[in-house]
Amino acid sequence: MQSVWTLLSWGPEGWLDDIAFGVFVTVSLALATLPLGLAFGFLVALAKQSEERSLRLAGNIYTTIFRGLPELLTLFVVFYGAQIAVQQVVRLFSPTAFVEINSFVAGMIALGVVFSSYCSEVFLSAFRAIPRGQYEGGYSIGLSNWQTMRLVVLPQLIRIALPGLSNLWLILLKDTALVSAIGLSDILRQSGVAARVTKEAFLFFGFACLIYLALAIISSFGIHAIERSVGKGGVQR
Amino acid sequence: MTEATASSAEVVKPPPPARVWTRQRILGTAVMGFWVLCGIGLVAYLVSAWDPELYAKYAPYYLSGLLVTLQLVGTSVVLGALLSIPIAYGRDSRNPVVASLAYGYVYFFRGTPLLAQTFLVYYGLGSFRPELEAVGLWTFFREAWYCAVFAFTLNTAAYQAEILRGAVGSISHGQWEASAALGLSKFRTVQKIILPQALIVALRPYGNEIILMIKGSAIVAIITVYDLMGETRRAYSRTFDFQTYLWAAIIYLAIVETLRNAVDWIERRITIHLKR
Repeated sequence: MQSVWTLLSWGPEGWLDDIAFGVFVTVSLALATLPLGLAFGFLVALAKQSEERSLRLAGNIYTTIFRGLPELLTLFVVFYGAQIAVQQVVRLFSPTAFVEINSFVAGMIALGVVFSSYCSEVFLSAFRAIPRGQYEGGYSIGLSNWQTMRLVVLPQLIRIALPGLSNLWLILLKDTALVSAIGLSDILRQSGVAARVTKEAFLFFGFACLIYLALAIISSFGIHAIERSVGKGGVQR
Repeated sequence: MTEATASSAEVVKPPPPARVWTRQRILGTAVMGFWVLCGIGLVAYLVSAWDPELYAKYAPYYLSGLLVTLQLVGTSVVLGALLSIPIAYGRDSRNPVVASLAYGYVYFFRGTPLLAQTFLVYYGLGSFRPELEAVGLWTFFREAWYCAVFAFTLNTAAYQAEILRGAVGSISHGQWEASAALGLSKFRTVQKIILPQALIVALRPYGNEIILMIKGSAIVAIITVYDLMGETRRAYSRTFDFQTYLWAAIIYLAIVETLRNAVDWIERRITIHLKR
């Protein structure tokens, strides 16, 4: 029976180095998903607030599907479905080839799709909070569509959407735990391995929970910093 | 003047502008076309892959899995609602120890993944087997099902406590004072004045929480509870037929959409008096 501190130490005896690798995987997965989800969510929000009916409908279908499916199911569908699809395509060229989808990429796509569908709702309500006059003002001083969006609307949009987006970031951070089910060595999987080997399940899963809490606390500091820098120079309405 | 206004009523409106093919409309039609193709593809695939033998074999499993999912969510949401009352009360307590305990509870369960909490209960409590056997709780925590209910209850209680606290906090202080002035007891005030108003505010968040629980409950498949997701995984591992996952997706989507529309309907019904 080793002591708790030996188990949680760095090196061959302890498991800290393995869990640190898990933290690296979790954080990089979340950071890689974020820009993908934000960009796609923004596009879907643009579609949903467009004047064109078909575009609105298309955006709403996207949100309905990916907000309604369990994240785990989306992950499996992407992981196995993409595997089958890519396999079929590759078989056309070389019948014996075997393809394996990278679980990191599958996790990124699945989490990104879920993130973007929630994110589009946040952006949509932020769009609605910006009065029509802001666009008209932009056009009347001769800005193009794109310039109005970039110089007038976006800065206000980000300020309004930030609280919702930071919530989504915390949810994303927690959702990354699901990728342990498709074999990616994230925090939870690494602690699971440690728990199985050492038979100290409570210690390691409790430690994993504390790491997630720590990540959440660190993120909230980061979010506060962003909020301060974005809020500066904002007009009170 | 009167003549002018009278005649302006009779003026024929200009014809609506013709719907031209703007870039947006082309894009929208293209994307809708893509969705329609996806839908047709899905239906065509499901029809072509339809296998009566597979259906006869796995449909009962799916049904029982669906029941397990609904039972799991139902039980933990109700128990969580009960547990959330003292927690929400504790969050606003003047006693700093109670308040920080309640805050810590909520922070822990909202800040960590549900999957990690479930593992902590299911695998972690196994570390305390001798102690649990001594108090006779081991038979409870040995079963994956009870562990899942336990973890889900603790988790949803934290979220529901915040919903409840927010809803009660949104009722203006004057309501409390007015009922105190009428001589209503604290219990009657909460029952007759505060809760009816707070529940209108809380309805939508509660609905969202139930939807989140239904979606979140899929993870119990990982700890060997055969809910809808668990049955799906079992069916897939036996048949390697991808349609097993698609059927599960359709069922989950149907449940969530039904619930969402039900919440919308209830909200319309109970806010009739607020409509102007």
